[in-house]
Amino acid sequence: MIENKNKVLKLSTAGSVDDGKSTLIGRILYDTNSLTDDKLEAIERNSKQKGFDYLDFSLATDGLVAEREQGITIDVAHIYFSTSNRSYIIADTPGHVEYTRNMVTGTSTSQVSIILIDARKGVIEQTKRHFFINNLLRTKEVVVAVNKMDLIDFDEAKYNAIVKDFQKMIAASDYKNQNITFIPVSALNGDNVVNKSENLAWFKGETMMEHLENIRMEDIQEKAKARFQVQTVIRPKTEEFHDFRGYAGKLKGGELKVGDDVTIFPSGRKSQIKSISFFDKAYLAASAGSSISITLMDDVNVSRGDLIVKSDELPKETKQLKATICWMDNQPLEVSSTFFLQHGAKLVKSKIKAIDHKISTDNTGEIEKVNQLNMNDLGMTEIQLAQPLHFDSYSDNKGNGAFILIDTKSNTTAGVGFIE
Amino acid sequence: MNDKVINNPLEDEAIYIFREVAAQFEKPVILFSGGKDSITLVRLAQKAFYPAKIPFPLLHIDTGHNFPETIEFRDQLVKELGLELHVHYVQDNIDAGNVQEESGKYASRNMLQTDSLLQAIEKHGFDACIGGARRDEEKARAKERVFSVRDDFGQWDEKNQRPEVFDMLNGRIDFGQNVRVFPISNWTELDVWSYIQKENMEIPSIYFAHKRNVFERDGLIWSAHDEYVFRAEDEIVTEKIVRFRTVGDMSCTAAVESYAFDIDKVVEEIAASTISERGARIDDKRSEAAMEKRKQQGYF
Repeated sequence: MIENKNKVLKLSTAGSVDDGKSTLIGRILYDTNSLTDDKLEAIERNSKQKGFDYLDFSLATDGLVAEREQGITIDVAHIYFSTSNRSYIIADTPGHVEYTRNMVTGTSTSQVSIILIDARKGVIEQTKRHFFINNLLRTKEVVVAVNKMDLIDFDEAKYNAIVKDFQKMIAASDYKNQNITFIPVSALNGDNVVNKSENLAWFKGETMMEHLENIRMEDIQEKAKARFQVQTVIRPKTEEFHDFRGYAGKLKGGELKVGDDVTIFPSGRKSQIKSISFFDKAYLAASAGSSISITLMDDVNVSRGDLIVKSDELPKETKQLKATICWMDNQPLEVSSTFFLQHGAKLVKSKIKAIDHKISTDNTGEIEKVNQLNMNDLGMTEIQLAQPLHFDSYSDNKGNGAFILIDTKSNTTAGVGFIE
Repeated sequence: MNDKVINNPLEDEAIYIFREVAAQFEKPVILFSGGKDSITLVRLAQKAFYPAKIPFPLLHIDTGHNFPETIEFRDQLVKELGLELHVHYVQDNIDAGNVQEESGKYASRNMLQTDSLLQAIEKHGFDACIGGARRDEEKARAKERVFSVRDDFGQWDEKNQRPEVFDMLNGRIDFGQNVRVFPISNWTELDVWSYIQKENMEIPSIYFAHKRNVFERDGLIWSAHDEYVFRAEDEIVTEKIVRFRTVGDMSCTAAVESYAFDIDKVVEEIAASTISERGARIDDKRSEAAMEKRKQQGYF
């Protein structure tokens, strides 16, 4: 087994209503001994109360009263478990059509997507949507779990037909650089989820958990250029650190080293990295994901939202963005409306100049001329900015290629954008 | 000079969140109970802003039913780091007749904290309250955002939360609203203990095994501290070697029998535990939706 100690793997799950998503998660928790006695007792008690003759694991994940009443998942829930190998975080996202925004939300923070299919139904409209959103967010590692194999008598031919159907979808997709793994399971009985199953003896691949345990971090990490956006400027103003100006931020992509020639945007000023620190220790280098603070050789003016990059890896610059928007608000998105555009730590006034078209999420890539985007719609838009943005295409650097739109009146996060 | 920063994704995420709070809000405060989670928060805040001081004060809602060890620890920490501490007493609210003390066998001041918290927020004008709640603790908390908006009455609208995509945190609010911030949302209990171990952090002594006078009720071990915790005549006091896994109000926190006298043993114990942390929180046992209800009303 690959050594993954002290590493966290973030998963997200997508499935339609009744595909057994919560049951799958419950099964993983149960078979990895992650359910504590008191939680298990609560599940047993509740299952009995509801008159089920099996353990209803969905009760382990559906946290809100309304969810338990309706037997559905409304909001993204986060579930934690660990094996002796590493820790896992599952973002459990609802499968209803009207909750697309939740799937985008859950997928945006995960490294592996698990798409659930009901073996009786095969690839349906919803599966296509899940795969489409997964590809829009460029999730590289995908697990397709064909669930409820017990209800089709563990039939290999039927399973193969579903895989073949799914592969047609893959062939039609524009995102090629991904690893897709198919696994037949029965979450209700635990076949092939964590433990191998006699019922699926014909399946020669790994169980779902074996597969997850063997995913290597270096294979799923984004290979991107170093982008350091300043969150806040640290100025201690103490005797010991009299002239100290540290730029604090979380490195997105790549690596930074002391001595690197850098350019700061929007000013375009050039300098060199003088020091890299994490808490009270100095380092020679830092890689993507580290929350560091750096100092520069020159006394240049740097403030929140500024982007520091290596001088030979410059970002794109524009005041007119083209971006795919996933709309998340009850109020539809209309041309000429204004928003705050938040790009990491940078906030810019913005105006929707045009909605080019709405994109069908059923993986046909079909487009439709529209005047507005409603909640859960995806559309291609043109956005005018009050100040230039220094960015990368989302497909080159996720962290520097995505933004959110904030409603200027309600302050809510109304949509998320992926820059062309 | 050290080679390359070794990153711990959970720590990096928490530091990132602290820095967003400092940049996006005018008057943030760290909700500090003296428990291990809030001590961890203080440590992370130190790291986020070093070499500057932590740019937030601490706020403690004192139920008056605390473990004395926790209060001692709190005052020591505040002194060492040169922080500002605000304390609001639930007792003041009871004396003023704003809230009523619970009665009966399960009486606790845990619920009464909410009013004091909301008053403190209003009095000081705090716009961001940083708390040590974790999503793995309880299933209503599993639905909580990192930046969780509360209305003018401190209420949580769980069905209408702002989506949080990637790591972008939207802290824009109207005057009178506030945001509850949870930097260690994604940590588990074991993550916290492992961190305390790795960082060699000081924590209150009640987290380690010690002798204590206790009595048993409903399969849980309660502190025999008659002044704060109701005890019936037939509930007999014995001395046991126990420790606390979670520290709240004395009247709602049960002890566990343990011989974990040091941090290494505690980490071992937690890793092997088959009972969840909040299994020892008497306040969660009230109903299936106990936490969700309290959160809607403004509980942290």
